[in-house]
Amino acid sequence: MRSSTLPARGQGAPEPIDAVPVRHPGRWAGAAVILLFLGLFIQSLATNPNFRWDVVWLYLRDARVIEGVGWTLLLTALSMVLAITLAILLAFMRQSDNPIFRWSSWTWVWFFRGTPVYTQLVFWGLLAVLYPKISLGVPFGPELFAFNTQDVVNAFWAAVLGLGLNESAYLAEIFRAGLKSVDKGQIEAAEALGMRSRKIMWRIVLPQAMRVIVPPTGNETIGMLKTTSLVLAVPFTLDLTFQTNALANRTYLPIPLLIVAAIWYLVITSILMVGQHYIEKHYGRGVDNVSGARGPVINPAAAKAAAGGHSPPELPGGATAVEGEYLEESGR
Amino acid sequence: MTETREVVRIEGVHKYFGDQHVLRGIDMTIGQGEVSVVIGPSGSGKSTLLRCVNMLETATAGRIYVDGELMGYVEKHGRLHHLPVREIARQRRNIGMVFQRFNLFGHKTAMENVMEAPIQVKGQPRAVARARALELLDRVGLSERANHYPAQLSGGQQQRVAIARALAMDPELMLFDEPTSALDPELVGDVLNVMKDLARDGMTMMVVTHEIGFAREVGDTLTFMDGGVVVESGPPREVIANPQQERTRAFLGKVL
Repeated sequence: MRSSTLPARGQGAPEPIDAVPVRHPGRWAGAAVILLFLGLFIQSLATNPNFRWDVVWLYLRDARVIEGVGWTLLLTALSMVLAITLAILLAFMRQSDNPIFRWSSWTWVWFFRGTPVYTQLVFWGLLAVLYPKISLGVPFGPELFAFNTQDVVNAFWAAVLGLGLNESAYLAEIFRAGLKSVDKGQIEAAEALGMRSRKIMWRIVLPQAMRVIVPPTGNETIGMLKTTSLVLAVPFTLDLTFQTNALANRTYLPIPLLIVAAIWYLVITSILMVGQHYIEKHYGRGVDNVSGARGPVINPAAAKAAAGGHSPPELPGGATAVEGEYLEESGR
Repeated sequence: MTETREVVRIEGVHKYFGDQHVLRGIDMTIGQGEVSVVIGPSGSGKSTLLRCVNMLETATAGRIYVDGELMGYVEKHGRLHHLPVREIARQRRNIGMVFQRFNLFGHKTAMENVMEAPIQVKGQPRAVARARALELLDRVGLSERANHYPAQLSGGQQQRVAIARALAMDPELMLFDEPTSALDPELVGDVLNVMKDLARDGMTMMVVTHEIGFAREVGDTLTFMDGGVVVESGPPREVIANPQQERTRAFLGKVL
C-alpha cells in the first residue's frame, strides 16, 4: 500500500543531500580554554614538589591504610544492608491499611531525617552511658534477658547503627516513590488473578519499582561510603579517613595523605558504579532492554505478519516498519 | 441458549463514589455459556458494574453471586461478615479479567505472564504451567512471541496475551472491560476473533464494549446502561434493530 512516488529499493538510488554544515566556532574556543586549564593543572601536578607523590605512592599501599579501606567498606556494606532492610519495611508500612503502621513509619522518617547524622552517631556512641544495661521483659513484670550495653554495642556497631538508621529514613522515601511509580493496573491485574497481597508486592510491584529505586539507591550507597568518614564522632577510629588523618598528623604531611584517601574513595566509588550498572540492567528488563518506546509498540508490519500466522524477521523498533514492508514484499 | 445454571447473579447493586451515585440498582443474571454484552455511554457505570463482579470495586448495596457464592461476604447468624483478603483472592481465581489497558506484567515475558498465576496461585509445577502457557499462547496465535516482553508487542498482541493469562487459571467466567478500546482500528479484529472463539467454546463471558458488531454476532444478551441503570436488555439483534427505549435509540444512532 505504498504511494507510488516513493522510490522502490534497488532501482536508481536517491541522491543524498549535499549541504555545507553549520560552523560552531564557540565550541572550538570553549574546548581550547578547557584544554589550556587542564594542561596547566597537569603541569602543576607534575612539577609542584609539595604534592610529594613519593609519599602518596608509599602510603597508598600502607597496611594501615588498606586496613582502613577494609573497615570503611565493611561499615558501608553493613549500614546499607541495615538501611535497605528497614527501608523496605518502612515503605510497606507507609502503604499499609493499618493507621498505626503508617503513623510509625512517618514518625521514624521524620525523626531520623530531621536530626544530623553526626548527632546521631555521637548519641549511639553514648548509648552505654544512657542505658548501661539493656533488658527485655514484660513492663513492670519479669525480665526475659539482659546484657551490658557496652559489651554488645561497641564503637563499631554503634557506627553501623547510627549510619544505618539515619540512612533508612532517606531510603524509605526512595522506596516509597518507587512503589508508587508502578501503575495501579499491575496490582489490579494480579488481584484479578487471585494473587495475595504479599505475593503481589514481592513478585509484581517491587521488581518493577526497582527500576526507579536502584539509581538513587546507588547514589545513596556512594554517599554512605563517604559519610563513614564521620564515624570518629562515635568514636570509631579504624576507617580510612581517620587512619590517613592519623598518619598525616604523625608525618606532618597532610596533603599527600589527603590524596591517598581521595584516591581510595574514588577507586571504591568506581567499582560501586560498575556494580550499579549491572543491577540497573537486571531490573530494567522488559523496559530498558526493549527497542522502541515504552507502552504499546505499534509495528504494523509485525502485527500484520503475526495475524497472517507466520513469523516476520525481527525488526528493531517502530521506525523500521517501512523496511518491514520491503522485507515482506521481497519475500513474495 | 437453553435454560442453564446461573454463573452470575447481580441483585440490586448500588455504588457510590463519594456523593456520586454511579450504579442505581442493577439486577442481572448470566447463565452458563452465555455471552452477556453491556453497552452504554461513558460514565454509564458499565465498567464499575463489571469491576464489582470480581471485587475490584465493592458495591455499596446489593449482592453479587458468582457460581452461587456470595462475593466478598459470608452470612453468619443472619449478619454479613466481610471476607478476609485471602478468601477474596480465592473467589477471584475462578474469574478471569481482561482490562482495557492490558496490564501485562511489564517485567515478565508473554510466557512468564501466562505462567505466573498458575505457579504462584495454584502451585502448579513449572513444567506443567509452561506447557499449558505455550498451548494458550498458540490458541491466541502468539506462540512465536512467547519470549517477547509486553513493550515489544503491539497493543493487539498484548491484549491476546492478557486473554491467555486469564485463561491459564481455567476460569468459570471471563470479564472483559472494553478490551478493544485502547487498540488501533486495524488490531481490533484479532482480539475480537479470539473472543469469538472463546464464546464458541462455551465460555461464560461478560463483555463491556463499544463493538456493536461483536454484540450482534456473538452476544446472547445485550444490555444497554445509562446513568447507572439498565435501560434495556434483550437479544442483541432485537435490541439493535428495534430498541424500545428512546435513550437506547439515541445511543445506537450515534455509534452505529
